Formats: sequence, C-alpha cells, structure tokens
Amino acid sequence: MKMKKILAMAASMILCGTMFAGCGSTSSSTDKTDTTQAPKTTSADTANDDDNKADDNSADDNKSDGLIKVGIINNDPNESGYRTANVNDLKATFTKENGFDASFTYSLKNEEQINAAQKFIQDEVDYLLLSAADTAGWDSVLKDAQAAGVRVILFDRTIDADESLYEASIVSDMAKEGEQAVDWLKSQDLKAYDIIHLQGVMGSAAQKGRSGALDDTAKELGWNIVAQQTAEWNAEKAQQIVQSVIDAGKSFNVIYAENDDMAMGAVAALDKANISHGVDKDVVVIGFDCNKWALKELKDGNWNYDGQCNPFQASYIKDIIDKLENGETLSQKTIIMDEKGFDAKTITDADVEQYGI
Amino acid sequence: MASDVKTAQKTSILTAIIRKQIFIPIAALIILAIFNFIVDPSFFKITLGHNNDGNPILSGNLISIIDYGSELAILAIGMTLVTASSRGQDISVGAAIAISGSVILRVLCGTNSRPESLQAPIIVAFLVSCLVAMAFGAFNGALVSIFKIQPMVATLILFTAGRSIAAWINNNELPVVSDKTFLNFGTVFPGIPVQTPVFIAVLCFIVIWLVMKFTNLRLYVQSVGINEKTSRLNGLNPALIKFVTYVILGLCVAVVGFIKVARIGTINYSVIAKDIEMDAILAVALGGNSLGGGKFNISASVLGAYVIQFLTTTLYKLQVQSDALPAYKAVVVIVLVILSAPIVREKIAAFFKKLRAPAKAGSST
Repeated sequence: MKMKKILAMAASMILCGTMFAGCGSTSSSTDKTDTTQAPKTTSADTANDDDNKADDNSADDNKSDGLIKVGIINNDPNESGYRTANVNDLKATFTKENGFDASFTYSLKNEEQINAAQKFIQDEVDYLLLSAADTAGWDSVLKDAQAAGVRVILFDRTIDADESLYEASIVSDMAKEGEQAVDWLKSQDLKAYDIIHLQGVMGSAAQKGRSGALDDTAKELGWNIVAQQTAEWNAEKAQQIVQSVIDAGKSFNVIYAENDDMAMGAVAALDKANISHGVDKDVVVIGFDCNKWALKELKDGNWNYDGQCNPFQASYIKDIIDKLENGETLSQKTIIMDEKGFDAKTITDADVEQYGI
Repeated sequence: MASDVKTAQKTSILTAIIRKQIFIPIAALIILAIFNFIVDPSFFKITLGHNNDGNPILSGNLISIIDYGSELAILAIGMTLVTASSRGQDISVGAAIAISGSVILRVLCGTNSRPESLQAPIIVAFLVSCLVAMAFGAFNGALVSIFKIQPMVATLILFTAGRSIAAWINNNELPVVSDKTFLNFGTVFPGIPVQTPVFIAVLCFIVIWLVMKFTNLRLYVQSVGINEKTSRLNGLNPALIKFVTYVILGLCVAVVGFIKVARIGTINYSVIAKDIEMDAILAVALGGNSLGGGKFNISASVLGAYVIQFLTTTLYKLQVQSDALPAYKAVVVIVLVILSAPIVREKIAAFFKKLRAPAKAGSST
C-alpha cells in the first residue's frame, strides 16, 4: 500500500513536470524543481522568453566589464496587458547596448519578491528596481540593501517604508487619470449627464482614484449616476450590468468604465439593444488603460475617450540612474509620470502605435 | 371520514414535495420571483427589439437571466458528475475556460491579433478547443482516479497554472474576432429572437438527458460515489468512471469557453470566468446534491445555477452598492444552503405535519 502511494506521488510529480515543460521552456531538467517554488529569474540576454529560466550565476560572469548591474523585481508579465508592456519596456531599455547588466525576477507573491531582493543584494547589484506585489514587509530587506550600498528605485507601486530607504519612486497618479477623464467629459458640454459607472475591483488603487474623480464632480455639478456597480475589471460582468440598466428601461448617455475591458463589455450590451455609441452618437463611452485594440476603437469612432495608465517607466528610471551615476541629487523622491488622455476626434494612427499597450 | 383521508394525503404530498431534492432550487426561484414582483412588477417585462445589426432580439430581466445563466448551468452538469463520482470538486474550471477560450481565439485568429476574416472555420476552432479542454480534463481525471489525489488538490495545479497557460497560448495578446457569424453564437442569429447561448445550453441538457437515459452512466457514477470498493467487487472500474466524469466536465468547459468568447469576440484570460468554479460548486450544493458524492440530480444543479444568476441579476437591478454586493449575496446563499440541508428539510416537513394535525383534529369534531 505504502509502495503504491510513493509510486503515485512520483508519477504525479513527473506529470506536473512535463506539464511545465510543455510551456515552451528550454531550461534543463535540473532547475525544473524550483520552477514551481522559486520566482522566475531571467538574465537580460535570454530574456525573450517569459518562461525561460537562467541561473543568476550568468550575471556574475560578466561582472567586471563596466556595466551597471541592475536587479529588477517585477510582477508576473502574464498578469495583464499593462504588465506585459511594462516588462517589455524594461527589457528594451536595460540592455547591454545601453550599458546595463540586468537580471529580472517575476512574482506575484510578496515573500518570493523579498527572497529575490535578498538574492540580488548578495549578488551585489548596483541598483534594485522594485515593483512590489504588496505594500508591507519591505523594511528589513531595504535596510539590508542600504547597508550593502545597493540603491533602490521603486516603480509602478509604492510601499509602506520610510522614504530614506529608497532613492526614488515612480508612480502613476490614478486620481489624476480620473480627473483628466472627468475634465474631458465636462468639456463635452452634454445637455444632460446620465452616467453608468463601471468600477474596478473595489479598493484597488486604480478603482479608488478613478471613482473618486467622478464621484466628486458628479456631486459638485449634479450629474446623475444612473448605476454605479463593480464589474471587477471584467468584460462580461460589465455587459450584464449595462444589460440590467437597459432592461430596467432607464435612460443614460455616458458610460464611464474604469478599464478598457469593461468598456468593451458595456459596448457589447449597447450593440445588443441597438443603442448607438461613439463620436456624435447617443452614448459617450470612456475607457482606461489605452490597450491597442481600445485605441483602435477610438480611431474608428466607436468610443469617445481613453485615459492612459502609463506602463513605460523605463526611461524615467534610466534618467534617475544616469543622474545618480553622475553624482547629481534628485530634486524629488516621488515622480509622477505624464499620462495622456485620448479623444476619438483627435487621435492619430501614430498615437495608436506609440501608446497602445 | 373522506375529508380526513384527503387531508392526510395532502400532508403526505406536501412532505413528499419538501423532501424532494429539486424542491429547494424551485422554491428559491419562486421566492426570488415573488420578491422581485413585489419590489417592481416591471422586472418581468419582456420586449422585442432589434440589435445593431437589425436582427430581432428579446430583452428583459428574465431573458437576461436565462441568457447569462447558460454558462453556469452547463458547468453545473459536469460539476455534478465529478462531485458524485469522485467525492470532490474540480476548482480549475475557471482557468480551464480561459485556456479553451484562448485556444478558440488562437485558431480563429492565427497569428494576427485583429484579423479581417477568420483563419479557420468556427467548427474547427470549437473542436480543437474541445480536444484541449478534454485533455486538461483527462489530466485532472488521471490525477484523481489513477493517482488517487484528492480532487481539490489535484485540480489546484491547473487552477494555479491555467491562466498563465492561457496567456502563453496567445503570446500575451488579446486577439479580437469581429466576424459576424461567430459573434452570432454569443448574441442572436438573424430571425431568431432568443439568444443563442440559451439554445446551446438546452442542447447540452438534451444530450446529457439522453446519455443518462440510454447508458448506465448514472448508475455507475452513483455506485462509485457511494462505495468504490463494492462497485469494484461488482465488476465496475471506478478509476475509469471517475476519469470519464472529468473528461465530460472538460467538454462542458469547452462549450462554456466557446460561449464566453462569442459574447464579445474576445476574452481577457486574467479575469475571464473568475471564481466561476465556486459558483458551479454552489449550484451543485443548491441543487441539494451531497458534496460528498453518491446520489445526484443534474436538473436540480442546473436549476441551482439559474438561482445564482437570478440572484445576481436581482442584485444588479436593485442597485446594491458595489462594496456591499458580496455581503448580500453571501446572506442569501447562507439561507439557501441551510434550507437545503437534509436535517432542516426534515424539520420543515415535520413542522408541516404538525400544522396539519390540529386542523385534522378540528375537522373531525
């Protein structure tokens, strides 16, 4: 009986192993065991495959050739289109040609990220770039970094740690994104504002910022919120919510969706009910995140506005590193990125290519 | 004397109804319907309109419930079988839907993320996704039946890895299909005002009904679920039967994935069908099926699925505040699950019997 159990265990392990091997990985079988455990680590030159594993030792080999050593800890590129664009942007910037020796680690788990950070500190990287999965728990490892002379730059997400522990933090201002969109909506001078407000996952930074802007202005100017409901970033839930408003026979002329997916779901419901939407049509459609397909919808006049959530932080980070390398001091710790909003009437093909993620 | 017999009969019928497994989902549906009728009778209004392509389409809350409930109802079929045979649940269906949806997009779009025309016939895409989903079902089934891993643990693997696999299938892109015929599967076909997913769901019910009627699957699944050893002694192969139920669930997943993609022409692998596994398990529980396996009733599970959708639509209709939505849902679910517990139902039946007894005594004097 016991023998059988052990056999079953072994066989299932092999099965799991082959499943991961199926994911286009070319790594040797020896490091397959830590595929499931350790965070994914790639070094810059083999970075074209997300599932590709390479040992950190490869980074040690080319240590002394004048490159700036950078350890980058990011969230899983499969998390969203935003993250994919973010990761690709970082990979494109921190190359050997640009004078960097970069190692990447991806994980959605905070403790795995902290382990990776400790590893990077042991590897004596010059800079640690961090997009933390969670805001808490970073104090001690950042103190270690400071003691080891590793300079830390946060990007995309902030953490609950003392400001002295990091050099700079590059973030999006979600509230500003919301305000830009609401200001644009205000400038449209519609006869009436009857708004369906599709919210993201409640409590997320993007939801708070983008909801807050609309809530404030709606209260101030007496806009009518027909429905305010969370679709949890989900297109099909958004479709159901808009459908329920249509079924209830309520009239509305604005859809304020806090991401592109939800805007798409809402539009599917409008199409079903023969309600026209887009430029100079019955319903104004607003989305966020600037996915490429969403910008194309704008270009075709099916939507009206899309607010950007800028994933291209690499150039900002590079600027900071250049400044620090030249011995300059930074004027401010928190750097808020420029973020655009696109109007369907003025968007160009070049915009779609450049800013679409 | 005659009236006595009549009331006695009535009582027994009533208790029999309450004891019936399908009673709880039906009662829940009726209660929800009555509640909505009191709050706003226009809830039941159905209108015939046209969609943007000029095709006739029925709309209204009831239609929405039947339409959007299709996916969950189809999943409930497979989940009931899996629960009954393997005494555990498959928690990877959401991730598996993401995979099968991505496969459909991949086959339809080829390498282009926004193709002008389809790169492959729809039926081919569907069949390929069926094969893939059944393969993943077989993977889960093999872990559960051959290696005797607990179902929830075995399916945890795919639950964790599934969405990444889905992302990998499409190179992290989100292709969009704009072909009208394909989108008709998610909305309506020209000239037929009822949404296509409803027909797909009905077709699934008919198929599973025929399977149950003309094969021994029901008997086999139940006997394996009730006692694996005795069924083996009686010449059944429990491993094979468990395996088959997981493959059937895989097939259900493929159908659901197909509907999901057809609804809006694309899916977002990271949020598509999120937490649907929990709703599917809940549907099985609401149907009064024991989550510990054994006897099962598929129609009760399917009705359970529509109860969940009815509840969702009602909450949307009532404009419940976003952050309070899960709490409301939880309260209703707790009440339903408690009511569907056998002990509580016995108590209710006994209560009705008691209620009848004094009335009977009164009438005889």
